[in-house]
Amino acid sequence: MAKIPKPQELFKSIDYSIPKKKWEDVPPDFSEGKYCYPTKRKNLEYLDFPTNKGEWSPTDEDWQLPDNWEEIIHNGFKERLEKYRSLKVFMDICVRCGACADKCHFFIGGGDPKNMPVLRAELLRSVYRKDFTTAGKILGSIAGARKLTPAVIKEWFSYFYQCSECRRCSVFCPYGIDTAEITMMGRELLSLLGLNINWVLEPVANCFRTGNHLGIQPHALKEMIEFFCDDIEELTGVRITPQFNRKGAEVLFITPSGDYFADPGTYTMMGYLMLFEHIGLDYTMSTYASEGGNFGLFTSAEAVKRLNSKMYMEAKRLGVKWILGGECGHMWRVINQYMDTMNGPADFLEVPVSPITGTRFENAASTKMIHITEFTSDLIKHGKLKLDPSRNDKFKVTFHDSCNPSRAMGLLEEPRYVIKNVCNHFYEMPEGTIREQTFCCGSGAGLNTEEIMDLRMRGGLPRANAVRYVHDKYGVNMLACICAIDRAALPPLMQYWVPEVGVTGVHELVANALVMDGEKERTVDLRGEPLKEEEEDTDE
Amino acid sequence: MNVGYLYSLLAVIVLGLIAYAGVEAAGLQWLFGILIPYLGLTIFIAGFVYRVMDWAKSAVPFRIPTTCGQQKSLPWFTPNRIDNPATTLGVIVRMFFEILLFRSLFRNTRVEIRGERLSYKWVIWLWLFALMFHYSFLIVVIRHLRFFLEPVPWVITLLEKADGVLQVGLPILYISGVTLLLGATLLLLRRVLIPRINYISLAADYFPLLLIIGIAITGIMMRYFTKVDVLKVKELTMGLATFHPAIPEGGISGLFYVHLFFVSILLAYIPFSKLMHMGGVFLSPTRNLANNNRRIRHINPWNHPVKVHTYEEYEDEFREKMIEAGLPVEKE
Ligand code: HEM
Ligand code: SF4
Ligand code: SF4
Repeated sequence: MAKIPKPQELFKSIDYSIPKKKWEDVPPDFSEGKYCYPTKRKNLEYLDFPTNKGEWSPTDEDWQLPDNWEEIIHNGFKERLEKYRSLKVFMDICVRCGACADKCHFFIGGGDPKNMPVLRAELLRSVYRKDFTTAGKILGSIAGARKLTPAVIKEWFSYFYQCSECRRCSVFCPYGIDTAEITMMGRELLSLLGLNINWVLEPVANCFRTGNHLGIQPHALKEMIEFFCDDIEELTGVRITPQFNRKGAEVLFITPSGDYFADPGTYTMMGYLMLFEHIGLDYTMSTYASEGGNFGLFTSAEAVKRLNSKMYMEAKRLGVKWILGGECGHMWRVINQYMDTMNGPADFLEVPVSPITGTRFENAASTKMIHITEFTSDLIKHGKLKLDPSRNDKFKVTFHDSCNPSRAMGLLEEPRYVIKNVCNHFYEMPEGTIREQTFCCGSGAGLNTEEIMDLRMRGGLPRANAVRYVHDKYGVNMLACICAIDRAALPPLMQYWVPEVGVTGVHELVANALVMDGEKERTVDLRGEPLKEEEEDTDE
Repeated sequence: MNVGYLYSLLAVIVLGLIAYAGVEAAGLQWLFGILIPYLGLTIFIAGFVYRVMDWAKSAVPFRIPTTCGQQKSLPWFTPNRIDNPATTLGVIVRMFFEILLFRSLFRNTRVEIRGERLSYKWVIWLWLFALMFHYSFLIVVIRHLRFFLEPVPWVITLLEKADGVLQVGLPILYISGVTLLLGATLLLLRRVLIPRINYISLAADYFPLLLIIGIAITGIMMRYFTKVDVLKVKELTMGLATFHPAIPEGGISGLFYVHLFFVSILLAYIPFSKLMHMGGVFLSPTRNLANNNRRIRHINPWNHPVKVHTYEEYEDEFREKMIEAGLPVEKE
């Protein structure tokens, strides 16, 4: 991992001044720490994805592009213009008003002009003009057209992997131009040449084979969960025996695999298990459909569909009635905006009905899949949970809206409702940094990889800056979120910018407050730390 | 600094000179007064229709609205019916706000570094200039219908009255003319002077603004300074509108032909340029679709089958381990 400067130095290095050279003449920076590592060939081969000619690194002069690479890009571009009206319209109508320019967290935290969404899109648009528009063909560079060269491909690789597909820019654009959509197309085109990053493709390959991004095999998954149950028993005195791949269960529960694997996601996982036990939910998990997230989204529509197919196929095989999904960000973009279209119709399932409250989730009448905070807020509303929010009293909590649930779904009040019912101290970050205007963790869309820590800390700065604000003002010491990537990405971000603040999933807070039947007196939280801290001090 | 605007400025000046010389020196009134306006209009209509149809031909595989408010889920959470529409009616209202009030542009903020912190400020200048510019443009266009309709409909007369409500000067000053020029100039200055906007601007971004400024200036000069013979102009324009084109006896000043030439160029230019945003905004999938995917299935016309990894393949690979771990399997 490349060394990164101290926070103060990094902050001082933010430079919004404009380079002397035209952007077309500024080459991308491929020094160590500025690029994501390319994927290992075995992943491409396992997935039958296109490959380039041989091993390569972004630092190489020659990227081993296939011989007919220009033709591949041209045809791939043409195909996508026909398949996606979004792409075609967005290529044509940007007026370069600049409203989106300083809305991107990567631009805000770094100042590289090509991280302004409008220029990120121009990288592709300039080639579009040359290849597909009359004005561009005739007038060339005067009309902003640019010939496709290997240098352009390199620039695409650099900047389409400096976009976390968060859609914040789209909120502010007068035409709703969504640079995430453009990045997705750009990444698809790169993928046609065999250019992918390992942090995305390895999870995709793992997920295709083992059912989850981390490549956890069925027996190991069962062991991991049982291990959590041991912890839960120790904390609460209640023994839970969750089941896997069980036919005839009412509900299939699917959550991102990050929740099985690393703290603090694991505490969220324990939270789900305790909740389900408490309400006596008739559910099963699956080792085959053991991933809620979908790194296919960061690769291609084809990859999304290939991975996501497991959810419905497994639901059908097990004969469940409906599917409940865990706390994850991009997963919910896929479920809300793609799944039913791609993998449906799910006519073998039933409209989700909470067996505890009888609430029918009409909003998921076709997809048959609901979000855990929808489910839990319904339980709370109907008074089905015994809660003692004072068990979370040592936490002053704020909430980070993940990009996808907010801008591709609108799941804003559900998590807040849950948090406010399980915690006594909740503070919002300032307007303009939450809800639909929320800032990305800086590591979304497959960018939460170690080698680009500098970029991640810069991209996460706007979020950290808002957390810092509520920390200074209200003493906030806990950042709640509903996303597994957040739970992996926010702890190092907080450690770097606001080390006094911890990170938690919402259902960890729920489980802390949840008074389970037959539980012993609780003195510690899910992390095994005392419920009440004598001295309110930094945790480290 | 990006001086792309110089090319565009030069282009507009040359175009103006061509029309002026063409009429005053070469006597090509029929070319600049009849042929080119018809040509411009034809290109505009055909081009516009072609572009919109071309967009419409592309598929909308997924419903991908950018949601800007609470979704419709459980009854006790108040949904934001406009910024996160769940119904077609909601979408219509959302589009109405976008198109008539530039709703999204109104959200604009600016980032600033204050000491060791970032801060964001709500800025409405772009929204204000854009709104001023577009509405002025709209009113000017509608007012001009007076030249192509006989009798002049009362709505247009009423609009003219309202537009001249300030009652200054003679002929009475139209507010829209001034605000059009002002709006376009402010948008242009923004592009030239703000480094970030300057950096992203292309020649194609300056050209329409300069052309419109050219149109506004020639228009204002004719009306208030050189006092063009309006009756003659109407004779020409009515000829065009009724498809009996003729150049009026006695002639109209060269300035008028420059004005008309600029307008013709603008019309012909629209279909080939970003000015198509006026049509494209209606087709933007992040704005014109409802966020109701989980309730009503959206159909992708090219939804093709993909290679999947089936449960059987999975179990075949891991069966031993699954049995050993006590996990249920299909085939023992
Ligand atoms: C319907 C919603 C519309 C929105 C939200 C919109 C928004 C904008 C914005 C933000 C600009 C950029 C200003 C700049 O920085 O240069 C612009 C420019 C412009 N728009 Fe629109 N517009 C709309 C419709 C229209 C329509 C119907 C026309 C019809 C004439 C039009 C004509 C123009 C022209 C001529 C320019 C200036 C050229 C330029 O800046 O390159 N727009 N518009
Ligand atoms: S806000 Fe939209 S129209 Fe304006 S520059 Fe950005 S993408 Fe283009
Ligand atoms: S989608 Fe997000 S990361 Fe990508 S350009 Fe827009 S604001 Fe930046």
